[in-house]
Amino acid sequence: MSAPTTARPAGGASAPGRAGPRRGPSPSVRRQRRAAYLLVAPFMLVFAAMLVVPLVYAAYLSLFREQLVGGNSFVGLENYARALGDAAFGSGVVRVTLFLVIQVPIMLGLALLFALALDSGRLYAQRFVRLSIFLPYAVPSVVATLMWGYLYGPDFGPFTQVAEMVGLPAPPFLSSGWMLGSLMNILTWEFIGYNMIIMYAALRAVPADLYEAARMDGAGEFRIAWSIKIPAIRSAILLTVIFSVIGSYQLFNEPNLLQTVAPNVIDSAYTPNLYAYNLAFTSQDLNYSAAVAFLLAAGIAVVSYVVQLTSQRRARS
Amino acid sequence: MSAPRKPLRSRSRALAAVVAASALALSACGGGDDAGGSGDDGGSSVEPVSQEEIDEAMSTPTTLTFWTWLPDAQKEVDLFEAAYPDIDVELVNAGQGLDQYTKLRTAIRAGEGAPDVVQIEYQYLPSFTLGGDLLDLGPYGAAELEDTYPEWVWEQITQGEGVYGIPQDIGPMGSLYRQDILDEVGITAPTTWDEFAEAARTMRQAKPDTYLTNMPGNDPGQFVGLLWQNGAKPFGFDGDQTVTIDLDTPEVTEVVDYWQGLIQEDAVSTDADFNDQWYQGLSNGKYASWQTAAWGPVFLQGTAANTSGLWRAAPLPAWEEGDTATGNWGGSTDAVLSSTENPIAAAQLAKFINTDPESALTMATEQFLFVPSDVVLEDPTFLEAAPEFFGGQQVNQLYTDLSEEVDTDFGWLPFMDYVYNSFNDTLGTAIDEGGDMEAGLQAWEEDITSYAEQQGFTVQ
Repeated sequence: MSAPTTARPAGGASAPGRAGPRRGPSPSVRRQRRAAYLLVAPFMLVFAAMLVVPLVYAAYLSLFREQLVGGNSFVGLENYARALGDAAFGSGVVRVTLFLVIQVPIMLGLALLFALALDSGRLYAQRFVRLSIFLPYAVPSVVATLMWGYLYGPDFGPFTQVAEMVGLPAPPFLSSGWMLGSLMNILTWEFIGYNMIIMYAALRAVPADLYEAARMDGAGEFRIAWSIKIPAIRSAILLTVIFSVIGSYQLFNEPNLLQTVAPNVIDSAYTPNLYAYNLAFTSQDLNYSAAVAFLLAAGIAVVSYVVQLTSQRRARS
Repeated sequence: MSAPRKPLRSRSRALAAVVAASALALSACGGGDDAGGSGDDGGSSVEPVSQEEIDEAMSTPTTLTFWTWLPDAQKEVDLFEAAYPDIDVELVNAGQGLDQYTKLRTAIRAGEGAPDVVQIEYQYLPSFTLGGDLLDLGPYGAAELEDTYPEWVWEQITQGEGVYGIPQDIGPMGSLYRQDILDEVGITAPTTWDEFAEAARTMRQAKPDTYLTNMPGNDPGQFVGLLWQNGAKPFGFDGDQTVTIDLDTPEVTEVVDYWQGLIQEDAVSTDADFNDQWYQGLSNGKYASWQTAAWGPVFLQGTAANTSGLWRAAPLPAWEEGDTATGNWGGSTDAVLSSTENPIAAAQLAKFINTDPESALTMATEQFLFVPSDVVLEDPTFLEAAPEFFGGQQVNQLYTDLSEEVDTDFGWLPFMDYVYNSFNDTLGTAIDEGGDMEAGLQAWEEDITSYAEQQGFTVQ
């Protein structure tokens, strides 16, 4: 156990000002540690009660099969095998992957563009613009979706009204061909401001003297943005990418609510999350639902990890 | 999503969830103060509970929890509490239909927090009797009520010798028409489905913005009601392990083919129902008729208030000239959970609010439920009501007559939430997209059959 302490880089950034012979923590350090544990305790408690325990329980449930007739029996990984061969689950995963591949680049690209524009300091009414872009995020997704459901309305929705006024056919926002695009639109509006704020905050932390140096070398604003700003906030962008990946696979609220206006377009397995919910609450198949949820979580973990890994590699090269 | 709906559909789900959450907390606390509950073991014997036992239970201080989505159920509960001052009823709205069943199943599984009395729709009773979760109300005086209900209603709540709910409201189906639109186009309310199809085509030609009716792809309740009218018996459950799934019959196919034809000709619309879009369609004349249940007239008065006086009610079109059969769409019962600690008081509550003349009539006239009990169906103030909305027509009388025409023998599967959900994904989608309904029907049958097998049922 002593190896790590001796291997520590002397005077390294990890132990500023506390170098010296290690004789166990002093009483004051110990007190501070206790305080630290005390402060994180509430979080850890809630975390354990609301996340860890249910997760473990769900994992346990996923190994059983309870039938309406015949009762409960241990089936091992059978539920997982069933999920892997389940066409409904598969089509949901493909659907959200498609969603991810198209919507996330658009949303994050726009968010980055807005963040750079705000950071350039060349906008009038900057605060107002910033707030306006952020505002849709402050609207609860339930409200936003209901609102969009109204806007999309095929007979009396505003878009239809406008189209009819101009003599065009009504855009079928809620048809099966358009639905995924309509959902992408809703989510883009909902989360563009959120992602923009993360990127903008990171941009504000980039030291300004870098820009001055670049300007001296004759770089224009676009060049500065491309070669300095974007690389400087790479980790913030990566964070938004990971959030968006997770968010896409967890799509639930929006399709669930649009189901009331397009019940036959959004079926019970439209997204994997919706599928897991319906399995549990309308099919009364809690065990299978738990397995589906676990597979989904595993999938998300893998995809997030791959995203992180590839972007880190790119950063190093 | 597919629960038969009633006027209170617009109630906010979020609110219901909050109410339910607090209700669970409340009822969990309230469970402690049961008062020794004499005659608690009455449920296990088939012997009727004696009057002394009832009297004793009803004069012992007791708290009952009652889950219902009935608006203003407090009115009926107040009457009950006035009659039995020692019984205290806690009223909880745990959401409507599926929302409530989900919570109920959770509470049953958890072993606590379940109510004593609960509102359950007819088609969901088997899914709760399957697990033995409902109390047989026969020994508690329900068996004597048989003669006060239409025969088919009684069939809906019984299984073998057991009586598992007290009927609260029903939905025998009829047709509501926009008289002004029919007059404009020059057609009379069709009395057969053939005439109806002809009228639908005429309507499309004469008035391109209007459809004679709408056939939603998301309303298995309505569709099953129409199957019911044609004598189909698609579902059955023996109360044990055997279910009947029979969608491949001439009676079902006839209905499916009929609507397939109309939908492909664009003679009827296929909008999803019970959403804003559809409400607007009802009030601005997009649909000239609605084939709906007995609760429909009052629902319409609330939804399309601006069309007052323009509507008329008629029986459903018949398959054969002169035929009077109809189906049922929706309606609910009050059932008692077998886990209750006060079975006598709980059974009395379920019985009282639905059969006490004052209580039942309050439901019929103030909450506008179509109460199937004789105490309402034979009451002149109910029958002779002539609402302005229907041009003074005695709509209640019409639907009361219709309630006698419902085929008595129509069963359900013990997993109707799955069946209705599956309808939306199969046959319903075919309706919505104007696709191949025969194939949709087949997909529906296959899906629910494989579900039944997966759940361990023997499928016949």
